[in-house]
Amino acid sequence: MVVPRPRTQAPPVVTTTGATEDPVSGRAARPSGSDHISSDPPGYRDGAKRLAILTPAAFSFGAAFGVLAGTEDFDPAAAIVMSATTFAGAAQFAAVTVLEDGGTVGAAVAAAVLLNLRYLAISIAIAPDFEGSRSRRFFESQMIVDESWAVSQVGHGRVDRKKLVGAGLVLFPFWIGGTMVGALAGDVVGDPARLGFDGALPALFLALLVLQLVDRRAKIAAVAGGAIALILIPITPPGVPVIAASAVCLWGLRKR
Amino acid sequence: MSSAWAVVVIVGACTIAFRAAGPVVLGGRALPPRLASAFELLAPSLLAALVVTQAVGSKDGIVLDTRLVGVAAGVVAILFRAPLIVVIVVAAAATALVRLV
Repeated sequence: MVVPRPRTQAPPVVTTTGATEDPVSGRAARPSGSDHISSDPPGYRDGAKRLAILTPAAFSFGAAFGVLAGTEDFDPAAAIVMSATTFAGAAQFAAVTVLEDGGTVGAAVAAAVLLNLRYLAISIAIAPDFEGSRSRRFFESQMIVDESWAVSQVGHGRVDRKKLVGAGLVLFPFWIGGTMVGALAGDVVGDPARLGFDGALPALFLALLVLQLVDRRAKIAAVAGGAIALILIPITPPGVPVIAASAVCLWGLRKR
Repeated sequence: MSSAWAVVVIVGACTIAFRAAGPVVLGGRALPPRLASAFELLAPSLLAALVVTQAVGSKDGIVLDTRLVGVAAGVVAILFRAPLIVVIVVAAAATALVRLV
């Protein structure tokens, strides 16, 4: 089964190196599992190009995190190390906010770990798509973030690993760079909300969700996942709604 | 060790382990068919939950604000089958514009 693709291709995008490249035009989607040994050099670049538009957002949110972490006694170096290792906006904001509200280390850790638990589910689900040596798989797995996972979907729960890594790699330096600027130089970038980035993220996930609605099963899963999240938002700590939504997969375990 | 560093180290270690668990432990091995079939539902359910939490979620529960304008503009762009980049730009611009007025 061929995965549906957006009808239109992205216009040329300026890469991080400043070179303008042609969009990868009309390349057929990888039929699930059929070309296991994919020799696809543009894979990484393709992923990077798809998320290049988000680099200002990554920088801006990174800077906002740096400013937030820098306002209290959260060491600037700790903020930068956190961006380089945790590399997950929501969890980082949650952890710092809990600490600055006078919460304990345990409470801050719990909030952030809960938010990042979804990466465990994603990591197991897409494990078959990773190849190469153990250390290569380790480093490439660190590029799993919501956005990179979402844009590299090829259907049937699988991802194009190269696209995922390329997409993660293009966000990573901007996330850390933003954090450095925010933590060391203070509020010079401005509020990401003023630029509307917080409204763009749900739209991005929605656009990627639409591509996933290939059959009745997927549509039911999407409605169920969204409903679970909506019901849980007012009554659970952040992180729980998204994790709970992934429990929809349990329904998929039943025999068809 | 300050509490900030303790949080950074513990959260970082957990997150790195979460991400690495699948690819490092399971590697390129295929998942059992029933499990793989179940994980097919992860993308639609998780993406739908991310849409909802990013659009109306906050640490104080459900908050309806200008983000919804961005989502609405994004929906229009999606209906016109606009490329991803256009959906993002349109949604961000709509959110920012409404916030200006």
